[in-house]
Amino acid sequence: MLNIKDLKVSIEGKSILKGINLEVKPGEVHAIMGPNGSGKSTLSSVIAGREEYEVEDGSINFNNEDLLSLDPEERAHRGIFLSFQYPIEIPGVSVTNFIKTAINESRKAQGLDAMPASKMLKKMREKMRLLEMDQNFLSRSLNEGFSGGEKKRNEIFQMAMLEPKLAILDETDSGLDIDALRIVANGVNKLRTPENATIVITHYQRLLDYIVPDFVHVLYNGKIVKSGGKDLALELEDKGYDWVKKEADNLV
Amino acid sequence: MSEDELLEEVTSSEYKYGFTTNIDADTIPVGINEDVIRLISLKKNEPEWMTEWRLDAYRKWTKMTEPDWAHVSYEKPDFQKISYYSAPKQKKQYESIEDVDPELLDTFKKLGISLEEQKRLTGVAVDVVVDSVSVATSFKKKLGELGIIFCSFGEAIQEHPELVKKYIGTVVPKQDNFYAALNSAVFTDGSFCYIPKGVKCPMELSTYFRINQAGTGQFERTLVVADKGSYVSYLEGCTAPQRDENQLHAAVVELVALDDAEIKYSTVQNWYPGDKNGKGGVFNFVTKRGLCEKNAKISWTQVETGSAVTWKYPSCILKGENSIGEFYSVAVTNNYQQADTGTKMIHLGKNTKSTIISKGICAGKSEGSYRGLVRIMPRAENARNFSQCDSLLMGDKCGSHTFPYIEIKNKTAKVEHEATTSKIGEDQIFYCNQRGIGTEEAIALIVNGYCKDVLNQLPMEFAVEAQKLLAISLEGSVG
Repeated sequence: MLNIKDLKVSIEGKSILKGINLEVKPGEVHAIMGPNGSGKSTLSSVIAGREEYEVEDGSINFNNEDLLSLDPEERAHRGIFLSFQYPIEIPGVSVTNFIKTAINESRKAQGLDAMPASKMLKKMREKMRLLEMDQNFLSRSLNEGFSGGEKKRNEIFQMAMLEPKLAILDETDSGLDIDALRIVANGVNKLRTPENATIVITHYQRLLDYIVPDFVHVLYNGKIVKSGGKDLALELEDKGYDWVKKEADNLV
Repeated sequence: MSEDELLEEVTSSEYKYGFTTNIDADTIPVGINEDVIRLISLKKNEPEWMTEWRLDAYRKWTKMTEPDWAHVSYEKPDFQKISYYSAPKQKKQYESIEDVDPELLDTFKKLGISLEEQKRLTGVAVDVVVDSVSVATSFKKKLGELGIIFCSFGEAIQEHPELVKKYIGTVVPKQDNFYAALNSAVFTDGSFCYIPKGVKCPMELSTYFRINQAGTGQFERTLVVADKGSYVSYLEGCTAPQRDENQLHAAVVELVALDDAEIKYSTVQNWYPGDKNGKGGVFNFVTKRGLCEKNAKISWTQVETGSAVTWKYPSCILKGENSIGEFYSVAVTNNYQQADTGTKMIHLGKNTKSTIISKGICAGKSEGSYRGLVRIMPRAENARNFSQCDSLLMGDKCGSHTFPYIEIKNKTAKVEHEATTSKIGEDQIFYCNQRGIGTEEAIALIVNGYCKDVLNQLPMEFAVEAQKLLAISLEGSVG
């Protein structure tokens, strides 16, 4: 599904990703872990199509299409979803209006008619129940005055509505208390199918107790320096990142 | 998308209404003097008192000078090079829309205004002003049954001279300012509306203005009188065809809300703003003012997206006790547009209240200014005002300015002023992009959200049109 080959990325002349290789297949959950500044968020931004990053080399293919040649909205139309680490506020635009626009723009790109309002509303109600959200959420301005937890829940709500093929959750656990974390993780788990895939980017092991990964990768200094199963996350939790750093530094 | 590309995109939009209608017009030679004013009055078959009123205004105007305090710069019009009268030759009065010149109807279709559709779907009575003479008036009979008068200004002078004579110039005196004086001398037509005592007007009254002759200034005059306890919602929508030379528009709008009456006046203005290089465009120098008697309420809502230079301050004189004035404004400037707009709230009576919500949006190399005056007079006990002035900037080549004037002569007054300035960020656009919303659509979404408090004040069908206009004036064609 997603195939990243030797990806090298810089921003303002500074090299951030120094040759990433990653393959994600349908139905899989991959966790990308790593210390601060290792390039985790850069990777998610580049997949989503943020333009201030310069791709120096390498390729990203998504379902056999060259992702790097597509605009961010086209990537979204192909089924890529990014749950932002810091979701931005858009004052005066209600959650309903935003989601409605997002869904219908994607449908338009696929040559489909706008989703009928009644169907949209029904789907919204269903997904809100899944994430234990309050009805009045829908009429609030997007992310404006939301608590950290509400913002993250809203991201997953949008993901549930848009039903992406590949979801990238960038530090979704930050700002969530333990109850909210459980609800959000349950939501993500319920949305899993054999056809879609998830990349979980996180600093801590905590989230992975709830969203159990098939693969864990450690990103350090712009490279994936270690990959393994879910046990690797526990090992990192136990020993910290230093031993991985040392291993990696010794290789250089 | 980088800031520069975003900028390029929003500044590359084209005026979509740049076409002209080939209708035979009756235009008098350029220039202004007393004979021209007599000729205008004669052509309109006016009574002598009206002719004299115009002449008096003209004489006052000749002693006045053009104001230059506004934060705009432009080449002053040569008033001797303007033709002050242009009427389509076809002077028939129409009972139904179907009788109107098909080419004219086609023009409205290009604007997306289907009169038939409006009639059928929305029950809006439309008094269409093309250049200076009203060519179509509908729903008149239905309104007539309620005693509501809604007609062209010319017709009102003929049919209801006593009402015109009683109220004209009472809110905006002839000598009020340079452009109001010019308008008083040469106004060619406009709309007149009278709502009798206790009558709630059952439909939105709507006028579409349109400047059509090259080189013809348009001097509209509107007078709305809401008698005691009555209510009316009045809509004014404007688009002008594309022209290379600047066109002058100097309108006067007077509103009179007698005791317990309420007037809602909504404007969507989309005149030609000039091209990307600042060439051409309409000069819009308008005087709009309303007078509130006891317990009366006047609400101005405006969405301004057009014109090269705008100079406009819809105001309220809160004369009666407990009267209320409101001003809701969205002003968009792009390319080289300049807008200096705002309001004046003059509190004379006790317990008077005013609210000002102003949303400015600046893009390209444009300059947008909010200029507002809140004046609390000595006898205005317990007067209250709330003002909120927000600016949204796109790019770094535009300018946004706020000039709030507050004059308080009564210690019991409560006046609040809030102001914010923000930018449409790349982060907001990217967030929308990531959800599958393209950049054009994203800008429209963000801008509409920002303007929501004002757009909510517009009647439903007008709000939809206003949203489209906002999108048109800010979006460029992508790639």
